[in-house]
Amino acid sequence: MAAIPGGADHAHDHGHDHHPGGIMRWVTTTNHKDIGSMYLWFSFAMFIVGGIMALVIRAELFQPGLQVVDPDRFNQMTTLHGLIMVFGAIMPAFVGFANWMIPLMIGASDMAFARMNNWSFWLLPPAAILLTTSLLVPGGAAASGWTLYPPLTVQMGIGMDMAIFAVHILGISSIMGSINIVTTILNMRAPGMTLMKMPLFCWTWLITAYLVIAVMPVLAGAVTMILTDRHFGTSFFNAAGGGDPVLYQHIFWFFGHPEVYIIAIPAFGVVSQVIPAFSRKPLFGYASMVYATSSIAILSFIVWAHHMYTVGMPVAGQLYFMFATMLIAVPTGVKVFNWVATMWRGSLSFETPMLFSIGFLFLFTLGGFSGLVLSMTAVDVQLHDSYYVVAHFHYVMVAGALFSAYAGAYYWLPKWTGHMYDEKLGKLHFWLSIIFFNMTFFVQHFLGLAGMPRRIPDYSLQFAEFNMISSIGAFGFGLSQLVFLVVVLKCLKGGEKAPAKPWDGAEGLEWTVPSPAPHHTFETPPVLK
Amino acid sequence: MSEAGVGVTEQRNRSTLARLVVSACLMFGFGYALVPFYEKLCQVLDVNNLNKQEGALPANTQVDASRSVTVEFDANLHRLPWSFRPVTPATTVHPGQIVTIEYEITNTRDAAVTGQAIPSYTPSAAMQYFQKLECFCFKQQTLAPGETRRMPVAFLVSPSLPKDIGTITLSYTFFEVPGASAAATPVRPAGGG
Repeated sequence: MAAIPGGADHAHDHGHDHHPGGIMRWVTTTNHKDIGSMYLWFSFAMFIVGGIMALVIRAELFQPGLQVVDPDRFNQMTTLHGLIMVFGAIMPAFVGFANWMIPLMIGASDMAFARMNNWSFWLLPPAAILLTTSLLVPGGAAASGWTLYPPLTVQMGIGMDMAIFAVHILGISSIMGSINIVTTILNMRAPGMTLMKMPLFCWTWLITAYLVIAVMPVLAGAVTMILTDRHFGTSFFNAAGGGDPVLYQHIFWFFGHPEVYIIAIPAFGVVSQVIPAFSRKPLFGYASMVYATSSIAILSFIVWAHHMYTVGMPVAGQLYFMFATMLIAVPTGVKVFNWVATMWRGSLSFETPMLFSIGFLFLFTLGGFSGLVLSMTAVDVQLHDSYYVVAHFHYVMVAGALFSAYAGAYYWLPKWTGHMYDEKLGKLHFWLSIIFFNMTFFVQHFLGLAGMPRRIPDYSLQFAEFNMISSIGAFGFGLSQLVFLVVVLKCLKGGEKAPAKPWDGAEGLEWTVPSPAPHHTFETPPVLK
Repeated sequence: MSEAGVGVTEQRNRSTLARLVVSACLMFGFGYALVPFYEKLCQVLDVNNLNKQEGALPANTQVDASRSVTVEFDANLHRLPWSFRPVTPATTVHPGQIVTIEYEITNTRDAAVTGQAIPSYTPSAAMQYFQKLECFCFKQQTLAPGETRRMPVAFLVSPSLPKDIGTITLSYTFFEVPGASAAATPVRPAGGG
């Protein structure tokens, strides 16, 4: 799917490039690359904020007893860490990738609705401010866990309202972003690029964007019900007025399970770009990847109650949700085997993006296996709300989504900045990350199996050693992420000039434009062979 | 791309936008629609029903059919213008068996009267083996002028009743509650289970 090599020559700044300088350039920009960069920087900043909260949690859990924060603050930390990482770090990071890369990959000049794109980014900072400043209000931030279960959420102070509004704003932002992505992909592809010729990253985002449009409004509805229960006398979940707290869990997880795939599927997309490039082979089973991703997305709508096996459900319901959940392992397995088959007999080279992708492949699969363990009702009743669950979802969220985001960042950094990143530092970042990641989270499996509950600031003595190991690992992991910041800053300042296509095995239209990608690309659509 | 081509794309973008915005709004409504949907689903599948009777009462396996006890019922009034009598004066039960009998009260005064019944047992040693599951004596009774009412007593005699007790007499005495029909502070009956 090569384009005319000179496709980027049309990228002259003509006419509409007299936007303001300084800060106003970023406030008013409608350029998909500017907005993509802002998304990426924002998500990294939120990643640091959420990471600091994680370190507060791990500092408290370093030893049994209460040392660092009081239990109330501890609960606020777990809540905000979850909300910020899910809605503030991972989701915007992948929206950033989508903004930067989708137009370049499909040969469009920009996103379909450039001004709406600006809006969907600039909604994020107010939400971040609401979430972080809620720590300072009387009563503190929401302390109910990121899932915001009633009855706690019906009772808390103003920090809860701030969290609800933040979720509303983040939801609107991601819906707008997704509408933009769907429209761009459906209508703005270069002539000759059929859907089944799109890079897989575009496919995964198309599917993800549909998921966002389908489920974020349901979350908005659920938190709105909490809001009206709190202030306007409704009783959706308030048992005192005849409501049912368990109903919230059903509505929330109708959103929550697809949300898991909203985070994971773009990660699949990035890895599906990187692994072929460094295996110097086309992706194995492209069509099956598309179908597997779609089936994962569809299945994600019918498995929600496996998050709530312990609420009291008829056995028939438990069996249904158990088998439906296990079914997801089939398309996921298809994807994993396809990635492995892509690497099979490829001319592999192990630059940082590839290392992160292989790390993803191993650890995401491990997280998938612990997910399968948890899908069994009989086992889950024992492991529910234990550290086993914490270990499981950090394997799929950190080693899955985050590692894949790093793979994508290293892969496209030369395209974004025009410079090669420091390969030595990149590899250092990878090895530190993967060692400390496993040190942090692998031991949490044992803690969970031994019965340590999550979201509790204190624990009994027999859990002390593993918690200490986990805390040391967490601080190591947190500090290693600063290496990435150094790499990016160095790369922005200078370094070896990157050619248009710095990876000899890479495929796709994005490598036909010069590095750094000019402000305007594909003003005239490229023609595909 | 020609100007016309750009126009066409823009038009298609707009219609895609409209469809997606409508979908998002519908899904917001869908979240709310889940509330009655779950309610209906729970009704149909009969789950999450807090008022549900836990099936039929389990068979009482603790009935001691090897012996019988005669229970006699007695009714007394303490300065109350009522007529008060057991519908069945006596019955024979097996220990462990749950039995329901009735008393009948009539208010003969032309004003509402509130009374409270206090039970007593003969022999008094039988009291701890006599378990009342339901009784009009548990709360105050207010009768309208001329009203007649039948009220149940559900009880069982414990199987651990000593063998030498063959007859138990349950006697109720109705006292007028001071302050009449106004819901004054009830006097808790002394003794009696």
